[in-house]
Amino acid sequence: MPFALLKYGLNKDYPFEQDADLPAPTSLKPHYDAVIIGGGGHGVATAYYLAKYHGITNVAVLEKGYLGGGNTARNTAVIRSNYLTSEGVKFYSESVKLFKDLSNEFDFNIMYSRRGQLTLAHTDSAIRAFRQRAEVNKHFGGKTELIGPQEIRELVPTLNMNPGHQPVLAGLWHMDGATARHDAVAWGYAKGATQRGVELHQLTEVTDVLVEASSSSSGGKVTGVKVRQGSAEHTIRCGVAVQAVSGHSTLLAEKAGFQLPIVSYPLQAMVTQPVKPFLDPLVSSPAFHCYVQQTGRGEIVFGGGSDPYPLYNSRSTLELKEQLLAHAVELFPFMANLKLMRQWTGLTDMTSDYSPIMGLSPVENYYLDAGWGTWGFKSTPICGQAMAELVATGKVPELIQPFSADRFSEFRQVNEMGATAASH
Amino acid sequence: MKIMPCPLNGPRNISEFTFGGEVTPLPDVASAPDSEWAEHTFYSYNGTGVAREWWYHVPSGYWFVAERHRVTDEILRTYDPSELPADALNNQQEAFQ
Ligand SMILES: Cc1cc2nc3c(=O)[nH]c(=O)nc-3n(C[C@H](O)[C@H](O)[C@H](O)COP(=O)(O)OP(=O)(O)OC[C@H]3O[C@@H](n4cnc5c(N)ncnc54)[C@H](O)[C@@H]3O)c2cc1C
Repeated sequence: MPFALLKYGLNKDYPFEQDADLPAPTSLKPHYDAVIIGGGGHGVATAYYLAKYHGITNVAVLEKGYLGGGNTARNTAVIRSNYLTSEGVKFYSESVKLFKDLSNEFDFNIMYSRRGQLTLAHTDSAIRAFRQRAEVNKHFGGKTELIGPQEIRELVPTLNMNPGHQPVLAGLWHMDGATARHDAVAWGYAKGATQRGVELHQLTEVTDVLVEASSSSSGGKVTGVKVRQGSAEHTIRCGVAVQAVSGHSTLLAEKAGFQLPIVSYPLQAMVTQPVKPFLDPLVSSPAFHCYVQQTGRGEIVFGGGSDPYPLYNSRSTLELKEQLLAHAVELFPFMANLKLMRQWTGLTDMTSDYSPIMGLSPVENYYLDAGWGTWGFKSTPICGQAMAELVATGKVPELIQPFSADRFSEFRQVNEMGATAASH
Repeated sequence: MKIMPCPLNGPRNISEFTFGGEVTPLPDVASAPDSEWAEHTFYSYNGTGVAREWWYHVPSGYWFVAERHRVTDEILRTYDPSELPADALNNQQEAFQ
């Protein structure tokens, strides 16, 4: 080591190591057909499908930190489609389908693993909501059913069936539920996109969005962005820009001159030391604001809802950590004896209906991929496809039309709160 | 535990409180168009500075105002809603910076 480590520790600059699978960074060009702001899973997926399906490769993905270092690196990788609304179920089902073949498509293992996801009901009203979700899911071809305590015991023998004096009454058993390696998804897309000619610029922060007056749009029209690389500043022109910056969505939109109905909250998760395999399905309990799953390496990953108040800070609050630990131990009492390895936080862009915002913005040729809150990892493939189609054609694909930003001013929310809160 | 200085009850653990959103003026109930209600309901401050927020002390059922920094989480000031500037709750006011 440790000298190199010490040197980095004392250095203000982030140590940059070039990934062998990605081309070495080039200098920025003065013009791109499309600029994608944010190099998380969503940004690189959009670039990938633009190159693959639409032959548009004069594209730059601009990332202020490193590839997939935002919420893409921080999420707990729950993939599922057992939402409540028809719009939601239709959309997320497409993503679940795409995930299944992603390793083959990339020729790179994203460790997709279908485990099934079990959500617990502790009240009669939760059972009623689960019945509805099961029916909506089946209608759109998903495999979801309501199951009773006996089946739950068989699926998860270690579960405390009477946690905190709120007995487990039933479960929503979603057989399509799965998980995958979140980083690998970003790497696979980035590799595929750059191989086709897309440029990925890391350590490149967009500091301003350039907008000029337009006769067809009161919000003006995007013409380019200003970026900062270290101490150097550049102006880049572009035909189209997409913003995919999760927790920073409102800050960037403000630079483009408009507001978004989004508030940023910290969301945390934790992981224990590895133990023998004991838990195959992903288990969540909305009543206990907690979900628990075991990784392929044996560690137990668990998380809950967002922090109780908005904050731009990844330290997050101690109160929520304590609550999360207490609830996880309530559901799986033997976890009390385990050691925690890590705890971390991401900054989630929450909408009031717990659905994303995709599509047009008040600024012409400036497209939105935002409001992914605590649930956007699972949608990476389908969102990338839809956003690429929007960039290439200028038309909002039907699948994402219900998720437009103006649904709020038109009172057409897509309410997924109940189906999202503690399951992601 | 983080401490919230409650104007009524003094310093208390933050877990006793619920966040109630940004303090914004209420649209004119008689005449505001739908667009103004949508704006009031769905859009709020999400910047990186100080926000003026509603907070509720659950055990005593008391609503008050806190000025809190959205990056450092520092609570700069708390006070009873009666001390809000006169224009903070009616609809003629500029957004709070
Ligand atoms: C703890 C936690 C658990 C979660 N669990 C799940 C889950 O189980 N299932 C699920 O589906 N979802 C989950 N999510 C949500 C999911 O992680 C996100 O919705 C998803 O990763 C968003 O992807 P993204 O590519 O849009 O954003 P990100 O991966 O955050 O990428 C955005 C990028 O934009 C960059 N950026 C920001 N501002 C600028 C700028 N001005 N210029 C250039 N770049 C900029 C950031 O550095 C970042 O890399 C979880 C989130 C967290 C925090």
